[in-house]
Amino acid sequence: MQNPQHPPLPAGLDFARLLFGRLTWDALPLHEPIVVGTFLVVAAVGLAVLAGVTRYRLWGYLWREWFTSVDHKKIGAMYVILGLVMLLRGFVDALMMRAQQALSFGQSHGFLPPHHYDQLFTAHGVIMIFFVAMPLVVGLMNFVVPLQIGARDVAFPFLNNFSFWMTAGGAVMMMLSLFVGEFASTGWLAYPPLSGLAFSPGVGVDYYIWALQIAGVGTLLSGVNLVATIIKMRAPGMSLMKMPVFAWTALCTNVLIVATFPVLTAVLALLSLDREAGTHFFTNDLGGNPMMYVNLIWIWGHPEVYILILPAFGVFSEIVPTFSRKPLFGYVSMVYATIAITVLSYLVWLHHFFTMGAGGDVNGFFGITTMVISIPTGAKIFNWLFTMYRGRVRLELPMLWTLGFMVTFVIGGMTGVLLAVPAADFVLHNSLFLVAHFHNVIIGGVVFGMFAGINYWFPKAFGFRLDEFWGRVSFGFWLVGFYVAFMPLYVLGLMGVTRRMSHFDDPSLRIWFVIAAVGAGLILLGIVSFVVQIAVSVKNREALRDLTGDPWDARTLEWSTASPPPEYNFAFTPVVHENDAWWDMKARGYQRPSAGYLPIQMPSNTGAGVILAAISVVIGFGLVWHIWWLAAAAGAGLLAAAIGHSFPDAGERVIPVEHVVGVECSRSDMIRSVA
Amino acid sequence: MKFSKAVLALPLLFGLCACKMVVMDPAGDVALQQRNLILLATGLMLLIIVPVISLTLLFALRYRASNIAARYAPDWSHSAPLEFVVWAAPLAIILVLGSVTWVSSHTLDPYRQLDRIAAGRPVPAGVKPLRVQVVALDWKWLFIYPDLGVATVNELAAPIDTPIDFDITSSSVMNSFDAPALAGQIYAMPGMQTRLHAVVNRPGVSEGFSANYSGDGFSGMRFRVEGLRRDDFNRWVTRIRAGGAQLTRADYLRLARPSSAVPIRHYAAVDHGLFSAVVNQCIEPGQACMSAMSAPPYGPVAGRRDPAMSMASGSGMRPGSANGLSLSKGQ
Repeated sequence: MQNPQHPPLPAGLDFARLLFGRLTWDALPLHEPIVVGTFLVVAAVGLAVLAGVTRYRLWGYLWREWFTSVDHKKIGAMYVILGLVMLLRGFVDALMMRAQQALSFGQSHGFLPPHHYDQLFTAHGVIMIFFVAMPLVVGLMNFVVPLQIGARDVAFPFLNNFSFWMTAGGAVMMMLSLFVGEFASTGWLAYPPLSGLAFSPGVGVDYYIWALQIAGVGTLLSGVNLVATIIKMRAPGMSLMKMPVFAWTALCTNVLIVATFPVLTAVLALLSLDREAGTHFFTNDLGGNPMMYVNLIWIWGHPEVYILILPAFGVFSEIVPTFSRKPLFGYVSMVYATIAITVLSYLVWLHHFFTMGAGGDVNGFFGITTMVISIPTGAKIFNWLFTMYRGRVRLELPMLWTLGFMVTFVIGGMTGVLLAVPAADFVLHNSLFLVAHFHNVIIGGVVFGMFAGINYWFPKAFGFRLDEFWGRVSFGFWLVGFYVAFMPLYVLGLMGVTRRMSHFDDPSLRIWFVIAAVGAGLILLGIVSFVVQIAVSVKNREALRDLTGDPWDARTLEWSTASPPPEYNFAFTPVVHENDAWWDMKARGYQRPSAGYLPIQMPSNTGAGVILAAISVVIGFGLVWHIWWLAAAAGAGLLAAAIGHSFPDAGERVIPVEHVVGVECSRSDMIRSVA
Repeated sequence: MKFSKAVLALPLLFGLCACKMVVMDPAGDVALQQRNLILLATGLMLLIIVPVISLTLLFALRYRASNIAARYAPDWSHSAPLEFVVWAAPLAIILVLGSVTWVSSHTLDPYRQLDRIAAGRPVPAGVKPLRVQVVALDWKWLFIYPDLGVATVNELAAPIDTPIDFDITSSSVMNSFDAPALAGQIYAMPGMQTRLHAVVNRPGVSEGFSANYSGDGFSGMRFRVEGLRRDDFNRWVTRIRAGGAQLTRADYLRLARPSSAVPIRHYAAVDHGLFSAVVNQCIEPGQACMSAMSAPPYGPVAGRRDPAMSMASGSGMRPGSANGLSLSKGQ
């Protein structure tokens, strides 16, 4: 894996190199007990799952009903499952970092050598953003948006399946890097020159690049898909200004995805050209300029923050009215606040590097644009507040997460505005204060939002509610754990402690790291409680069953259909007259139709997405290890498979009217039985 | 900054611990102004944050579903005056904070020559700033004092109440030169030069480090910062000169090899033009300097107002330009 300073033979003549590229037995980290132990655990769990699936003969079911499914609801659920599984991986990285920093003082150097520790914090950041937060957000939008706008699926159902599997393919690359070779040790944005060939000759940065490139295809295409869905497939009567706020935030988020992810793709492509083709975009010499990379990566990176937080804002905008039994306060200003944040998110990227030497005019401009974002964000918080005002607030799980968010997020917002003052940033930049700030907004905003959303829409997706007791336990541990884990980091930042350190000399810092480690332990209990919550809920699913389809007495269209919805979502396309369309229908004494059903045309499942993504992973693996023949052969295979899939086959099928009538009548019976 | 005094209690809250918050209690005037700015901004924002958090908890309690006594307005969702307040309140705070930001971005611009050594104390006439050239190496800091002809590794000493002008570059990858007790930080980048102006107002020792992750030895990339009275500083310089060690280009190349947690070193004499050669990436014999190879606008080490800057325009850093050779690399 080390830089081959003196290759004994030209690669073309060395048979082993020709066949295996850089891949040798040394790539397997057999000498690192921690990695071997991790591998054994992952392998044991993986084998147990595979054995279970085989034992209960679920392969066919999983393949037919899930992996090849083009149903947006199932794809959304798979995204969320992917995000939660990767959360476990990213969180183990976090625990190891917290343990290392609590132990590594003075004579002790902890249990991780710097090179391993550096990979850990890089992997933690990459996983949490790209393979936890993004799949959770995209999954939730995928599941909810078509139901909310009264559509039967997304605009391009196959593309949706393909997008999911490309994201999963990126996650596979991440996991591969743990056991075959190494991951980048550059920090999650891989700034050159450190990430260039001269200073990172190993495969780590290549894994980073190709994991993100493969997943990036999925993200971009799902963005295109959801924009088209929201623009073109809304139910009749649902003008843009009658759209639920979650759909609005989804629209803005996906516009951001479509506009920014190509920048990430381009900048990573330039970096890989520097590494593979000898170009000098970001090197120190021959005209290269690393500052260009820093600018480009943040032109993607800052809107990415809003890609994550806007859907969370959407979730809260659904939950607060539902659990306050009132319409959302200030719908119009909520929509314009969302749009304002979307536009402004492009005008702030430089605040990530005030310390790169720009002058007072440039720094002042970007500092102020950053602060301006807090105006629409503040308006949103007030709007949720006044939605609760004179309401009947039910403190059920989704609302608890929302309240936790409102209190926690404003603190993170405050420290964020503080960091946006350039002159203050000179002493706070890259310190643990910064680390505390972005965990404050990402955990307090995105993670709390996703848990709120999962608790809220779970009954819609699976037909039964999540267990209340374990949900409260999980929420409690997460909330308290967050404060215990991250408030000490604010203090440490003010003590002048910078981020990404694997060892400290000053023993007076230690107590704070120990407290932070305890906080991480509390969050671990929160995650365990969440797993228990799911398990208990599955076990008690009959008692928690939602027969009405509307367990929260909610306001938007997804609650007008069954839980879980039939594959076609709506037997009749709903007609919308007001905001909160379902609330309006209930208020007008909506009666379920009993006749007039028609056969429904739906797209057929296809395995093409799985196949194309699997081939992409093979290409990525070949490129990472310089196994050029493999990359070329797989590239040809990808082309062939894509062309093959493009021939029209049985792309659609018709659900016969008898089936529709059967499903709808049994649902009507179910509702009558409850009433 | 009277307001900041009102929120001085804030660090006291944190200060209950026995920890030393260098950001809250810095040794230099620039960092002190940055501290005051942090307190002012925090105070301003608390004007809106405290009510929001209080109202959240209050509304959740008062309007909980079981409290039937509370008023319920099931259809109320709009109020023009309230919506005005909702937008105007954060706007007002940001107007004030934005003005403070604009002014402080200029007065505390790290490139700006200091005009005072402390509040109410302008730089005395005849005091020449101490010039220090800073090179970030893998993974230690080289400080060259061009006017004194000496250099140190991992130790930065300065006389109190004297402006310090730092010229900063890096030998290999990006770092950030950070001395939180003095003036915060600015990036150190290879092939480019950045600047920082600072002053230290009281004798004493603090720590400096790289604030931008730069590879495996990053944790050990720390330096000692010491403020000395003028005569102590002079003695310090004399002691270094008496040491007799030289820093030639060959020594520099040996020093530049990756190493971490390096003990303090002193050099009584430094190769003339070493810093410029580092910035222009022509340390090794036979290397052509970027400044010699390129025509304007990529001319000799440029000031920030150079009209032809790279994307981060307005920065005082020069993009690297045509250069067939470069420093030896690799970890």
